[in-house]
Amino acid sequence: MKLSAEAIDGALVVRLGEPRLDAAIAIQFKDRMREMLAHPSPRVVLDMAAVGFLDSSGLGALVAVMKGLMPARQLELRGLSANVERVFRLTRMDSVFTISADAPRDGLRDVG
Amino acid sequence: MVCAMWVEQMSLPENRPAANPRRCTGIFQSVFSAEPHAVRNVLRAAVARFAPKISEGEAGALELLLAELLNNIVEHGYAYGQAGTISLSILCDRRGLSCSLIDDGVPLPPHCLHPPDLPDTGVATENMPEGGFGWFLIHDLARDLRYRREAGQNLLEFRLPLSAPET
Repeated sequence: MKLSAEAIDGALVVRLGEPRLDAAIAIQFKDRMREMLAHPSPRVVLDMAAVGFLDSSGLGALVAVMKGLMPARQLELRGLSANVERVFRLTRMDSVFTISADAPRDGLRDVG
Repeated sequence: MVCAMWVEQMSLPENRPAANPRRCTGIFQSVFSAEPHAVRNVLRAAVARFAPKISEGEAGALELLLAELLNNIVEHGYAYGQAGTISLSILCDRRGLSCSLIDDGVPLPPHCLHPPDLPDTGVATENMPEGGFGWFLIHDLARDLRYRREAGQNLLEFRLPLSAPET
């Protein structure tokens, strides 16, 4: 699974480099995220710009990751495609997650 | 001879397929094993089959609806790891995408056929549900969802409506 992280200005920015966050990888994603989040950064940004498809299993995995961070740490999602954003909207989970606008195209300098 | 040529020329406009570029026709059929990566492949193939004829939003809805139903068969119908096959047919016509799914897994629990409430998102984060979204999405996206258990098989039929094609 393509998952990379770097600490930028006090935030841990995790990039999910998979085209799909679905039932086929949801459990593996949860486990890998748990390892990544051993880094103590209080703010975690998950960049999903590469993800074109999310299903309910992937959504459930994201909820699990968010719950694992709370209450001390925050998860922020960014780079949601229209297809992925729809799943959040239909399930009204857009009101639960912090979803920010697309990451700047020329790097991550605005993070933090 | 002259007459035949004349007839041929006159009939040309009717033969043009592009009178309505978004008119959706065609059939997709696949039989595949009930495991997550086979599901991925068939989703990709089904969407590719109809994507040129439907909008991006409709293609996204088709993929999500099929994914939720297929994942359910893989995870619950065959209870992970148990070998089995799934048969998917999609017909695209004026009424939209008419789909049918057949599997040999355990019967679908009757409560799945009733639209569920969304999991309560107003609760504290630690109590937030991690599941229960699948059947909500299925009922939200599908029309005319019908189920039959017949000769040890599950048969699900449903329709994904398409917006009126642009003319």
